[in-house]
Amino acid sequence: MTTNPPDRQQRQQAEDVALAAPRHAYRADAIFHGVALACGISILVVLGAVVLFLVARAWPIFALPGSQSKAVFESLSGGKAHGFWQYVGPLVFGTVVIAALALLIAFFVAVGVALFITFYAPRRLATPLNYAVDLLAAIPSVIYGLWGGLVLVPAMHPFWDAVSRYLGWIPLFAGPAANPPRTVASVAVVLAVMIMPIITSMTRDLFAQAPRLNEEAALALGATKWEMIRLAVLPFAKSGIVSASMLALGRALGETMAVMMILSPGLTYSWHILQASKSQTIAANIAAQYPEANSMGVSALIATGLVLFVITFVVNLAARRITAK
Amino acid sequence: MSVGLAACGDNVGPVDSSNAPSSHGSKISGEFHGAGASSQQSAVEAWIATYQSRNRNVKIAYNPSGSGAGVSTFLTGAIAWAGTDAPLDDQQVAQSQSICASGTAFDVPVYISPIAVMFNLKGISGTDKHLNMDAATIAKIFDGKITNWNDEEIKEQNPKVNLPNEAITIVHRSDKSGTTKNFTDYLKSTAPDDWQHDPQENWPNDVGQAAKGTDGVISSIAQANGTIGYADAAKAGNLGTVSVKVGSDYVAYTPEAASAVVNSSPVRQMPKGSKRVVVDVDYQTQAKGAYPLVSVSYAVACPAYKDAPTGRFVNSWLSYLVSSNGQKTAADNTGSASMGGELAQKAAKSIATIQAKD
Repeated sequence: MTTNPPDRQQRQQAEDVALAAPRHAYRADAIFHGVALACGISILVVLGAVVLFLVARAWPIFALPGSQSKAVFESLSGGKAHGFWQYVGPLVFGTVVIAALALLIAFFVAVGVALFITFYAPRRLATPLNYAVDLLAAIPSVIYGLWGGLVLVPAMHPFWDAVSRYLGWIPLFAGPAANPPRTVASVAVVLAVMIMPIITSMTRDLFAQAPRLNEEAALALGATKWEMIRLAVLPFAKSGIVSASMLALGRALGETMAVMMILSPGLTYSWHILQASKSQTIAANIAAQYPEANSMGVSALIATGLVLFVITFVVNLAARRITAK
Repeated sequence: MSVGLAACGDNVGPVDSSNAPSSHGSKISGEFHGAGASSQQSAVEAWIATYQSRNRNVKIAYNPSGSGAGVSTFLTGAIAWAGTDAPLDDQQVAQSQSICASGTAFDVPVYISPIAVMFNLKGISGTDKHLNMDAATIAKIFDGKITNWNDEEIKEQNPKVNLPNEAITIVHRSDKSGTTKNFTDYLKSTAPDDWQHDPQENWPNDVGQAAKGTDGVISSIAQANGTIGYADAAKAGNLGTVSVKVGSDYVAYTPEAASAVVNSSPVRQMPKGSKRVVVDVDYQTQAKGAYPLVSVSYAVACPAYKDAPTGRFVNSWLSYLVSSNGQKTAADNTGSASMGGELAQKAAKSIATIQAKD
């Protein structure tokens, strides 16, 4: 896009104007440059401060002699884990599985809704839908947690029961479905509802900005509406959709309250998403264990927080790689 | 905030005409803080409301942060007293030397509550509806050995009830809990063959579902048919509860039945700290009409405080808690069991020795 001739022309013009500008304009540039630089660096400083805090507070648990740290993890896990990696491993697994499932569910719905709003819905329907999506994005997670825990979870059992009965031969859906279904599957659905509006609102804006000329050209060549979307709109919006999804994945990875209020936690590597007490996420585990933990316990929990930090970092890095292409 | 609410609520017992319990004859005033077991929370709120209405210059706040957190905070010297579901361990007693003006901290029982095994079973559960079970049956259910409601063993004990062919889902605490410890302690001492796990605050097996806090357990049980769990009896609401076999009878939980077992249980001989009053609940009791599944919750205090007003306050406050008035206030507000007789006297005697060291 950046190599369009009119674009280059415009920039040239702007440079000409700048060259012709009086001296104080340079000073203003210098000041603006300084402010922008300071803002940029402050991000790095904050990030560094977070890392420093996490490492410093997590340090005591790693510095502790093996036998004592073993006791800490046994007390935190009820005797199921005896060391840091044994403790954090299932938590990482649970965090990633739940967030990935949520993204999987949310992604297709969100892109579908965005397509519907931009290309298919009549104007009269599109406007309230736009508002609704933006409002959904603004609902705090405790509210989703309450709604999920009190309304959705008890109501979903017949559905999960049917899934486990007919698709139970797939290990993922192995039954019997827990009742009440306070399971990974239910949490993933609630998280999907929660992160869907983020993806929808960003993709919707991207679709609206797709170059009109390309769309019209595709239509003029005889493409159907869906072909036009596939040829002209989706390629244009692809990298934006990926970044939106990563942003949503970030929210799902770090979600605490909703998970804590719905999930029946467990510490295993299990793919049985319809059974209770199998998995737990790092964030929800910290929130649940923090009040009763002693100082070493807190240190161990912060160490798991450090792992969550690394996970989100890796996810963002991967997203950068994808969007850079 | 909660203090204000409790004071405004119409469920607070009337201020009776007995004398304000203030010791040493001096007026007590100031702001005092406590923290600890969330099981005591409703009782403590009722106590605070009543106590403050008699001692207008006293402000009391209780943070229900949990037993472990309460004791750790107490051991930093930041609060006047702590509430805990588990008696202090030796290390904690030793540690308390540094914050008490003299001697080491001691614990006395203040709040006794029956733990109910409650279930949600369509057509059978409801207020005042009970299923009969002996300890072995309860242990087998909670260890995943009995998995269906129409199991022969449950049927045998409930010949008049039409039990459905429904899977049993057990619900236990996901967080560390004194209730879990008491419950597993009961199972271990009454049905050792069917319950092999040692008593502990973390739930020991992988059966069923886990929920956070008493409220989490109750709402999980209420959400689905066929569930069974254990929690503070006062919160049972509309759920059915289990009558436990004691001797040859099945006893449903009542505050009186819970009092009966605690008041007849032996007080543990403490190697250290003569003022400590720790109850060894007699889970194996065969006494008629006693309900053995109870939790005893303690208050932790110093024998002498570095700060004189705090010492005077703790003396008067804890004396009120274990007095018959205080126990009645808790019972009226939370459905807890009153502590009476020798046990209450022992506790009161220990508390009376709290000095305000200047």
